[in-house]
Amino acid sequence: MHIVVCVKQVPDSREIRIDPNTNTLVRQGVPAIVNYYDLHGLEEALRFKDEMGAEVTVVSMGPPSADKALKQCISMGADRAVLVSDRAFAGADTLATSYVVGMTVKKVAEEFGPVDVVFCGKQTLDGDTGQVGPGVACRLDYEQLTYVEKVVELSDKDKTITVHRHLEDGIEVVKTKLPVVVTVLTELNKPRRASLPGVINASRFKPVVWTTNDFADIDRAKIGLKGSPTIVSKTWVPEPRKIDTKMLEGDNVAVVASELIEQLWSTELPTRLGW
Amino acid sequence: MVEGGITVAEEQNVNQKAAEPKGASRVQPVPEQDFSDYLGIMVVVEQRAGVAKKVSWQLLGEAKRMATKINAPVYALVMGHNVRHLAEEAIRRGADKVYMSDSPVLEKYRTRPYSRVSLDVIRTFKPEIVLMGATYTGRDLAGAIATHLPTGLTADCTQLDVDENRLLQASRPAFSEKMLATILCKQYKPQMATARPGVFLELPADASRSGEIIDVPSPMREEEVVTEVLDFLEQTDRINLEDHEIIVAGGKGLGSPDGFKLLQELADALGGVVGASRAVVDLKWIDHDHQVGQTGSTVRSKLYFAIGISGAVQHVVGMQNSDVIVAINRDPDAPIFKVAHYGIVGDLYEIVPAIIKAVKEKRALPFATNSSAANASVAASIQS
Ligand SMILES: Cc1cc2nc3c(=O)[nH]c(=O)nc-3n(C[C@H](O)[C@H](O)[C@H](O)COP(=O)(O)OP(=O)(O)OC[C@H]3O[C@@H](n4cnc5c(N)ncnc54)[C@H](O)[C@@H]3O)c2cc1C
Ligand SMILES: Nc1ncnc2c1ncn2[C@@H]1O[C@H](COP(=O)(O)O)[C@@H](O)[C@H]1O
Repeated sequence: MHIVVCVKQVPDSREIRIDPNTNTLVRQGVPAIVNYYDLHGLEEALRFKDEMGAEVTVVSMGPPSADKALKQCISMGADRAVLVSDRAFAGADTLATSYVVGMTVKKVAEEFGPVDVVFCGKQTLDGDTGQVGPGVACRLDYEQLTYVEKVVELSDKDKTITVHRHLEDGIEVVKTKLPVVVTVLTELNKPRRASLPGVINASRFKPVVWTTNDFADIDRAKIGLKGSPTIVSKTWVPEPRKIDTKMLEGDNVAVVASELIEQLWSTELPTRLGW
Repeated sequence: MVEGGITVAEEQNVNQKAAEPKGASRVQPVPEQDFSDYLGIMVVVEQRAGVAKKVSWQLLGEAKRMATKINAPVYALVMGHNVRHLAEEAIRRGADKVYMSDSPVLEKYRTRPYSRVSLDVIRTFKPEIVLMGATYTGRDLAGAIATHLPTGLTADCTQLDVDENRLLQASRPAFSEKMLATILCKQYKPQMATARPGVFLELPADASRSGEIIDVPSPMREEEVVTEVLDFLEQTDRINLEDHEIIVAGGKGLGSPDGFKLLQELADALGGVVGASRAVVDLKWIDHDHQVGQTGSTVRSKLYFAIGISGAVQHVVGMQNSDVIVAINRDPDAPIFKVAHYGIVGDLYEIVPAIIKAVKEKRALPFATNSSAANASVAASIQS
């Protein structure tokens, strides 16, 4: 069993602030982290490494500095990590990203053995689309199972996988054939800390780095900015909605409460709610 | 290209990126295909077991609004098994033409058969815009379709518009909801977007509307589909906030998980459901499905109570479009009051019981004074 985990190094967007005076982004001191959903994908892959001896390859498309993210994955127990990095990849939207990540998984399969499962995160903190996972599945012509909160069974013998998909109102139990792209939720597991042998491996770790030249049949029209159909035309900080707040005051809560109810009942609300 | 002080060059990390330095002309992809005959706005209707997701009708309402601006037809795509009633409903909700694929293969959602039908319909009938709900299923399908076509796809939009050049202005939150970004797809068609449930307004069903239903065969046979849906475990405690008109939400001000019992009582008295801030979800006082806000649900309820919730921007973005907002907070300076229509400063443990009492008295009244059939049915629904 060979499992590929797709990870992205992202700025921790939770830490990005807006300067209220200039309405610009304050990025100083915003740490770069491994997108946290992806760590849950890695943890699941490592579980199958522990349980059935699966081989785990991590891949990431990003700048050279993303090797830190890969190092972290190695320290947790991944067997190898590939960084796809080239200036020509810059500015990629989800369509161009899935093209390159798909090509990378194909090449990983050729060089290191056929791939059975690809784990992606549910979404990234910065891109926040959840589109790359399904995109990669299309590029590879693999089956796709998204929003997975539990892997019930992964069978090497039958080459099947059964999962729980999280939906708005319940859980769908789905089974499919390998190879498959699985996108994962945080409910799946709790990512482990680095192990001692992992840390030692990580200390001498150098990622395999592939550039466009390493992909014989890459279509340069499909990568980076050129391969990205979408474009950001503008960004803005939304104005808060202006509302005339009616404050209800008084020492007697019963009076305040009935005043609220009278107010609510004097609006269209009861009609609209069918009360 | 400077908007609100942000240059496009800074946008490297927004979903769809524009990484070129300021002033440089952008290298846009040049598709080989001619898209000039793409016309109309299509909404992909999502359903399970013959019941449509509300977001589908909300998107049809929004599609109709945009279509009127550019004088374009509105299409719906309905897929499933025994779903003619949904095709008819789509017409009442604003569609001029419905493409319907009704087949046992489509009984349960699976990516491949659904995307094959969608691709056939899109390639044959060429809508210029395709919209889907940003639900789990909608995002699963949209990602597959857009890659196959290929075209640009903007995720999770909260504002949509179309300009005089028929360009879809798809706006979505960026940087953890701190900003909004408008994304365009200039060179490819259709322009695709998924949009959040609860953001747009559905049109009332209009039985006088007429439209055409076009049957589309499913290109896949069951033997060709390798994915099987074995079971659906309905979670009755997993609620879908977007489906509810009255939400009574509580935050850390409740002080303990027990506080939700009180809120449940108020919710029951009003006929609503309980929502929550992230702080209490993180504390495991209540399940994530109840969370409202940036990383939870976006709701557009008719009545929203924010009780013991401070009103952090990440919470507010998920509830500010509710029709009537009532905030109860001990702190008179709590930001939640800025978005509330009615505010009460004080201890929730004194105020909420008083409100429950007042609601019960008020709602009990009509039945004592009026015995019409309509009220009798309301009474029945309250008792159940
Ligand atoms: C990336 C990111 C995503 C996030 N997503 C979300 C999201 O989706 N939804 C969300 O809600 N938050 C989200 N947050 C968290 C958000 O920033 C706030 O931390 C959170 O909303 C605060 O919850 P709260 O109002 O319940 O708690 P607090 O901020 O602690 O507020 C409690 C309030 O209760 C009041 N209070 C206390 N006791 C009483 C009493 N007895 N009677 C009346 N009032 C009382 C206090 O005055 C206070 O205003 C997110 C944060 C980040 C960084
Ligand atoms: N540059 C990248 N390199 C490797 N994997 C990626 C990259 N971008 C996205 N992914 C994967 O796709 C998932 C969804 O990303 P997104 O569509 O950007 O929300 C992430 O959680 C990753 O697993």
